[in-house]
Amino acid sequence: MKKSHIFIIAIIAVAAGIILSTTADASVYVLFGEARQRAAEGNATKVHVVGRLPRDPQNHPVGLQYNPTVDPNYFAFTLVDSTHVAQRVVYNNPKPQDFETSEQVVITGAIRDNVFLADNILLKCPSKYVKKDLKGTEVASK
Amino acid sequence: MNLLVGDIGHLSVIVAFAAAVVAAYAYFQAARGRALGEVDASWQRLARGAFLVHGAAVVAVVGCLFDIIYHHRYEYYYAWSHSSNHLPLKYMISCFWAGQEGSFLLWIFWQVLLGVGVMLFNKKWEAPVLAVFSAVQAFLVSMIVGVVAGGLKIGSSPFMLLREFLTDLPVWKTNPNFVPKDGTGLNALLQNYWMVIHPPTLFLGFALTLVPFAFAIAALWKKELTAWVKPAIAWSLVGGAVLGVGVVMGAYWAYETLNFGGYWNWDPVENAVYIPWLVLVAGLHGLVLWQRRRTGLRTAYVLVISTFVLVLYATFLTRSGVLGNASVHSFTDLGLSGQLLIYLGFFTVLAVGLLIWRWKDIPVSPKELTMYSPELWVFVGATVLCLGAFQVLFTTSIPVYNAFMGFIGIKTNVALPADQVAHYSKLQLWMGVGVGLLSGLGQVMWWQRNDKESLVNALTPSVLLALLGTALAVLLIRYNQFTISPAYVLLFLAGLFGVLANLGTLFTLARRGIKLSGGALAHLGVALMLLGVLASSGYSSIISRNVSGLLYSREFSEDINRDNVLLYRNEAAPMHGYSLTYAGQYFEVPGLPGYVNKQELFRTDDDYKTLARNDIKIGNKLYFKTGDTVNIVPENTYYRVNYVDKASGEQFTLYPRAQVNEEMGGILASPDIKHFFSHDIYTHISGAPDTRKDKQWSEPKEHTLSVGDTIFLNDYFAVFRAIEPAHETTGLNLQKGDLALQADMIVSGEQRQYHCHPVFVVRNRLVGRVPDEVDDLGIRLSLNAVDPVKGKFTFGVSTAQKDYIILKAMQKPFINLLWSGTLLMALGFGLSLRQRNSSRKAAADAPEPNALPEPRTRLEPVA
Repeated sequence: MKKSHIFIIAIIAVAAGIILSTTADASVYVLFGEARQRAAEGNATKVHVVGRLPRDPQNHPVGLQYNPTVDPNYFAFTLVDSTHVAQRVVYNNPKPQDFETSEQVVITGAIRDNVFLADNILLKCPSKYVKKDLKGTEVASK
Repeated sequence: MNLLVGDIGHLSVIVAFAAAVVAAYAYFQAARGRALGEVDASWQRLARGAFLVHGAAVVAVVGCLFDIIYHHRYEYYYAWSHSSNHLPLKYMISCFWAGQEGSFLLWIFWQVLLGVGVMLFNKKWEAPVLAVFSAVQAFLVSMIVGVVAGGLKIGSSPFMLLREFLTDLPVWKTNPNFVPKDGTGLNALLQNYWMVIHPPTLFLGFALTLVPFAFAIAALWKKELTAWVKPAIAWSLVGGAVLGVGVVMGAYWAYETLNFGGYWNWDPVENAVYIPWLVLVAGLHGLVLWQRRRTGLRTAYVLVISTFVLVLYATFLTRSGVLGNASVHSFTDLGLSGQLLIYLGFFTVLAVGLLIWRWKDIPVSPKELTMYSPELWVFVGATVLCLGAFQVLFTTSIPVYNAFMGFIGIKTNVALPADQVAHYSKLQLWMGVGVGLLSGLGQVMWWQRNDKESLVNALTPSVLLALLGTALAVLLIRYNQFTISPAYVLLFLAGLFGVLANLGTLFTLARRGIKLSGGALAHLGVALMLLGVLASSGYSSIISRNVSGLLYSREFSEDINRDNVLLYRNEAAPMHGYSLTYAGQYFEVPGLPGYVNKQELFRTDDDYKTLARNDIKIGNKLYFKTGDTVNIVPENTYYRVNYVDKASGEQFTLYPRAQVNEEMGGILASPDIKHFFSHDIYTHISGAPDTRKDKQWSEPKEHTLSVGDTIFLNDYFAVFRAIEPAHETTGLNLQKGDLALQADMIVSGEQRQYHCHPVFVVRNRLVGRVPDEVDDLGIRLSLNAVDPVKGKFTFGVSTAQKDYIILKAMQKPFINLLWSGTLLMALGFGLSLRQRNSSRKAAADAPEPNALPEPRTRLEPVA
């Protein structure tokens, strides 16, 4: 009996370790205000921020900077969070295709030197999954 | 408009549902209050009939759905949204399970077949096992009934009409019988042969977890607490192999098709299959422990039940929409989360309740396990698998905690780890170490009597060799300027020990005259997989780092990896031992090996049809003559990239793909992979000028030339060679009386010369001009005016930004170990199953168990 107790205690210890390390690794969704505060405090842990692209009256996003012939690994844009705080974001990768059409952008990373350095961008595009219009059909059947 | 087939289909779904409910109840009554193997014959007859009716109805549903897809009946939403006129038959099959309803149907279909299998092979167990089966079927079919009862929507029917789904389209007011001419097409990502076989494999694997679960429930219910183990092992072996192969197939599909740079991304949908598979394999070890050594039965119960519950949880996770943005997989939220929760809750409560009720009666082993009992180490191995599964489960469920807290009114903002791959790898690595060590240790101990001396003797060679091999590997890795962390050293050591110990076991057994052991083979495969994962993921190196020497003055330039390079068309660029050249855009032509240069094809109004500008030959075989119609797949553009290995001079060509895919949000890149024995070269494009948009041409500049003149066009030297009658090649539809001239301009590019033929047509005194482009050079010429008196010709010259691609290339060492390890593992499962069956037959033939030594030839896996 004693041996099995030791075994069970070992399992519980490992499971607790897993839970702790997952909690330590888990990220949070924050606003740019908090992201800046973290940077000011020297806290470099990566966070998630959800935002939208500012657009001009023609619905074109403004402030995108990408020139592949100069540097294919430098893409910069401005993102506005739900409290209307705007933040310059730099992504050291090529611009994701169809970035302009995305409704919502989720970035992960941290602020460094007043710039949000993103290492991951998740786009939420309109009509991604459920097809709700006949546009595709009209194009195909013309 | 064909409403009949949909009505038949929908009716069949309802019949299938009702029959499943009847079968569940009748089987329950048939088995109730009786010992296993004794049944109430009349209830059993009714139940069997109902189950067969259910099966027939499911087949009818499958037939109707396939009919809708096959005959392009776009009045149905399912066909319209998942299929199109251009789809070849094999992909019509994948359309079937492209939608959530179809994949449920596939799952239901497999379980019908498995139910019939249990009826045939496990007659004694039929009534209680099929009672569980039928109940599960009733729940699953309810997901696709699509009935609205009292304002409550139950299930989502695959036979919904387009007009029922898209109710606000204006067209219904003018023409309620409107049928679109074409569908929106199968998500082009799924147009891949793996998507034809991967989903059926996976759902068969899911379905197979039901069988041992149903046996466990039947055993608890009928208080036949041990006899279920034998049939359950056989079914679990099949399940373990099928699900394992299914998982790796999915990984291989992702490797070939997606562009995240590997085969495993720890996406929740991947995890949702990985978790139950780990627990299934752990459960299999529990079952074998009981079957062979009369211990671990309670563990087996818990794990077999957990596997099934985890499959249900995975279904809830991936189909209820709770993951939201966390997954790239595209299952639509059909509003089934309530139904899925009830399904999950019902079987969890039932199983856990039964288990608690019978817990005290489940026999336990009287013997105390010592450090020298293989049983102990098998048990530890199963525990390691379960802890690994728990870790993935705990992290994957983070979105569920948010949803749950939101449900009870507390707002939380926990997100998945910012770097998921690093998070999972860091922790799963330790499971790998455990699995590697225990797979070797367990197998060695399982086959012999153990004491200190025999164990040391048996382990010494493989331990020493593994240590030696690891030391060598570390030196080699260092020598090649890579680093290796202590954790990687341990994983390598564990994996190598696993390989060597299992090879040793196979060798020892062969010497003892024992047939190839499936268990040892499967463990060998797993250990090889560990080494393959370590090498290919841990040492995946990016070869497209910027080596041009240019430093861009930007923020953080010192510590950011710049993993992508820009390649201009036909300009070679050096890259980590290779010279790369981007050599143009190509199309895929069905029926033709390889790809065809876009420059050889003249596009027409029909996107799918082009005309050949020149003869198209592959080798010596002529496939198309000038002017022939060539069918293409227009959404896929292949970018030809030539590789030259600088050291060996060896050359090869890759064609990474960009696909116009509106469904997935625009343009998707897929890699192309060159397989070598020791490594893969993996390449995908991460940017290119958008093929959907017309090129931006400069304002044309006019030049007036005579035949024989030379000129510089966009920095290229060109000669105006001749003026000649235009050929009937480019779809001009020349008629009698037309005057058509074409210029022949020879442009010298970096690599070769190009003929450019702008055409000038006079028809009914009207002038037409057909410009010609040299894609490679970004030049467009038009013949604007002809002065026959002076012999002068005026050309308009436009130039465009030179074509380029942005590319990322990686090297994946020893990835073949992963794939071959998987095959060995599956082979091991299969072999175990066969040995189990043949030994069962042998045991039936020779009813003198006492005369036989302990039946060690059939012994089974160890962690």
